[in-house]
Amino acid sequence: MRLPARSGSLAQIRRRLARAASGRAVVVGIPLLWLLLFFLVPFLIVLKISFSTALLAMPPYAPLLEWVGHHIAALRVHLSNYQLLWSDPLYLDSLLYSVRVAAGSTLCCLLLGYPMALAIARAAPARRPLLLMLVILPFWTSFLLRVYAWIGLLKDDGVINNVLRSLHLIHQPIVMINTTFAIYVGIVYSYLPFMVLPLYANLEKHDGALLEAAADLGAHPWRAFWRVTMPLSLPGVMAGFLLVFIPAVGEYVIPSLLGPANQLMIGRVLSTEFFENRDWPVASAVAIVLLLLLLAPIVIFQRYHNRELEAER
Amino acid sequence: MPASSTAYLQLEGLSKRFGQFLAVNNVSLCVERGEIFCLLGASGSGKTTLLRLLAGFETPSAGRLLLDGEDLAGVPPYRRPLNMMFQSYALFPHLNAERNIAFGLEQERLSKRQIAQRVDEILEVVKMAPYRARKPHQLSGGQRQRVALARALVKRPKLLLLDEPLGALDRKLREHTQFELLNIQQQLGVTFIVVTHDQEEAMTLATRIGVMDRGEIVQIGTPREIYEFPATRFVADFIGSVNLFDARLSTASVSVAPAAVDAARGTCLHSPELPAPLLVDQSIEAAADAALWVALRPEKIALSRQPPAQQHNWARGTVREVAYLGDLSVFLVRLESGRELRASLTNSSRECAEQFARDTPVYLSWDSTSAIVGSS
Amino acid sequence: MSRPPIRPPIRPRRALLLPLLLALGLAFLYLPIASLIVYSFNASRLVTVWDAVHSPTLKWYGELFHNSQILEAAWLSVRIAVMNATGAVILGTLAGMALSRFGRFGGRALLAALTTAPLVMPEIITGLSLLLLFITFEQLTGWPAQRDAATITLAHISFSISYVAVIVQARLAGSDGSLEEAALDLGARPSVAFRRITLPLIAPALLSGWLLSFTLSWDDVVISQFVAGPGSSTLPMVIFAKVRLGVSPDVNALATLLITLVAAGVLLSTLLLQRRERSRARALALSQEG
Repeated sequence: MRLPARSGSLAQIRRRLARAASGRAVVVGIPLLWLLLFFLVPFLIVLKISFSTALLAMPPYAPLLEWVGHHIAALRVHLSNYQLLWSDPLYLDSLLYSVRVAAGSTLCCLLLGYPMALAIARAAPARRPLLLMLVILPFWTSFLLRVYAWIGLLKDDGVINNVLRSLHLIHQPIVMINTTFAIYVGIVYSYLPFMVLPLYANLEKHDGALLEAAADLGAHPWRAFWRVTMPLSLPGVMAGFLLVFIPAVGEYVIPSLLGPANQLMIGRVLSTEFFENRDWPVASAVAIVLLLLLLAPIVIFQRYHNRELEAER
Repeated sequence: MPASSTAYLQLEGLSKRFGQFLAVNNVSLCVERGEIFCLLGASGSGKTTLLRLLAGFETPSAGRLLLDGEDLAGVPPYRRPLNMMFQSYALFPHLNAERNIAFGLEQERLSKRQIAQRVDEILEVVKMAPYRARKPHQLSGGQRQRVALARALVKRPKLLLLDEPLGALDRKLREHTQFELLNIQQQLGVTFIVVTHDQEEAMTLATRIGVMDRGEIVQIGTPREIYEFPATRFVADFIGSVNLFDARLSTASVSVAPAAVDAARGTCLHSPELPAPLLVDQSIEAAADAALWVALRPEKIALSRQPPAQQHNWARGTVREVAYLGDLSVFLVRLESGRELRASLTNSSRECAEQFARDTPVYLSWDSTSAIVGSS
Repeated sequence: MSRPPIRPPIRPRRALLLPLLLALGLAFLYLPIASLIVYSFNASRLVTVWDAVHSPTLKWYGELFHNSQILEAAWLSVRIAVMNATGAVILGTLAGMALSRFGRFGGRALLAALTTAPLVMPEIITGLSLLLLFITFEQLTGWPAQRDAATITLAHISFSISYVAVIVQARLAGSDGSLEEAALDLGARPSVAFRRITLPLIAPALLSGWLLSFTLSWDDVVISQFVAGPGSSTLPMVIFAKVRLGVSPDVNALATLLITLVAAGVLLSTLLLQRRERSRARALALSQEG
């Protein structure tokens, strides 16, 4: 028999509770501090710099708070960067272009990914892991190299044009590289696993008896799909859409390698302002505007995501 | 060491509050050594929270908890001299049966030899020795239950807490396991606290039952007491099948009651749903116009095609439904007042239920010792 | 003995359509990779024009192993990826544990928000903000004096945590929460319960979290470009600089090596896992017979 537990004097109880609480505080505190420091604080710095003006110095922006007298500090908040974004059509155009391209390619991704996810979910259970693995496998290989592969395919003297020419289907190469079409291809291709996975996770949970019940009640399989499977899968559609759309708006690598040179997506604008023009305040303002634009989708995604994790319990 | 006057397990005014919600409300309770005490209640009645307070997974908002004379306040779960059998069994999936059972002993820093010996012993008790090397997922539901039981018992706890011990088993296995559990309990003499929502389980296992409702214990008693003498309308309704009537003390008073009823003990009542006065062989202190309830179990009602001889405790109606359950038949009888009563009949002969087919007019009657009256 | 006539099951047309669409989707995923691999053996410097006379050749592979810039960058990337994966697994496990096992606590909503946001945050924003953070640090404390492998690693850990946390959370959510309670009940202190019950339980999640974090870091180009300093070019940065100028045969060779390496690893682990599942299923069937 174990020794009877020590009777709890008040001081002992307090000490024990404190110890248990401190253990928890460490588990919560370390990642929380890390994320605050390396995720939240940086945004505040970006926000601060976006209200500043560019300088030819290092760092190349003017401080917001400046000592002008002995005890007088001047707070210099400039809205000029945001005015610039609003007045120069370059920024607004590229922002709208980014949203349009991201939304369009996400939709294509959905149209391609949904049947794939459904096919895997309806495959024999023994075959599902393999099929799923085949969809995920490209995701484990380099994103950059997979985008790069499309240059070789889409070029004027690339694989696709060469094949079409050798089949005498065309005489002049079809211009595909450095077009919006190429960005579409690149985004759909790179983000397809992110669409298929949440869709599959949702579809796989559907009770097969639901379709049998629909059939029993006289619904043709197509109708059963539209009335039962589709509505039930909407949370998965939502998750997949956001998981592709949000990062696609700010996509930088794909438009850089495949996109047109005269029509820039917002990610490239930001990078150009920062690295080539060295205008940090404008780059920061672009980042803030982009973030504000994506705030609503991000919040929706978080809600959905956390609910999913709770529901699994 | 414990004073002989205090009970083995003592809860004093124990409460647990989650935000605004009072999950356990001022529960006081004594359990003697060697008892099997069942906490019976619907889901959300606070029985599981009470169990988790005992185990130390929740800290009480108020009240005291004494086990064998020792206050458990502030003692973390891993130092409490009691063990729990979880509803899900919570067997460690990566350890086999034997290693699962040994886990608790390893925490006590016993020698390898001692651990092996005690594991062997308990495996014999639960008849799981042949399956000792299997992982939980290789065991059937009943086998898992026995490993979980062995894992808790091998620590020789002062108290074993069982959370819905038979909930995960199918019906046939349940019956068998119930008796086995009783057997093991008697063999080892451990005190059991069982939480269940299944009254049949509580009735078979328990030496005493505590019925819980909305965080409070509403009645404590032996299974027979709880069934035959429910203290409140809730208990009467919750345990078993029952016909409940709203009733008031009859103005005609006891004086007109037949001599068969002892005037000092009996109560005469009137219910708008019954044609005849209700005589209950039980005294009650209540105001003349107090709203009372009368409970009548279906098996205590006699069916007949002839009118009964007595003036009281009878009703007339028509059979609406008959449910043949094998060992007994249950009749749903609609009275002239529109009220439907449930009466059951043991099928002591093959044809005895035949005479009360659907739509047959019948008389119902019962003894004054069969009904229970109460005010709360 | 007469048998009832066997009617063929009703097969909706979708039963054919869906697998066809799946096959098309998979072809779309794999054809570009296949072409990459094929042309890595092409002798022509024009890459997409097949030189039938001298191909297939391994000359681009040979050149690869003499390109010190690529080798150095690869070594740097491996070091960063390993450090990142290890750091992210530790921090992400803490976050995942807290979120899935601690119930409600102060700051829970904040922690949940901070762990999910990086999953979708455009890299360009993360990169910019982290660079500005490091520069502010430098102004305030003098550290980091220069941006190098350390700053890249810190940046990578910050977004990898989320992925690990999600994997750990999912694993813990799928397991019985009373397991840790059972361990405590049996006399194990919280630290023992974590080591002997929780850790083995989430071990597969930790492994996949580590591998995923490794891959994320190994692949990252955008964030690295922001937070890297001169002289600390990771492999993706070197590749990106090269391919911005167009296709190049040695990149094809490099891509083929990397892709086959990863594919072999993933395939092998999947097969091993499947075999383990199958033996588990067999054991289960045996136990039910007995």
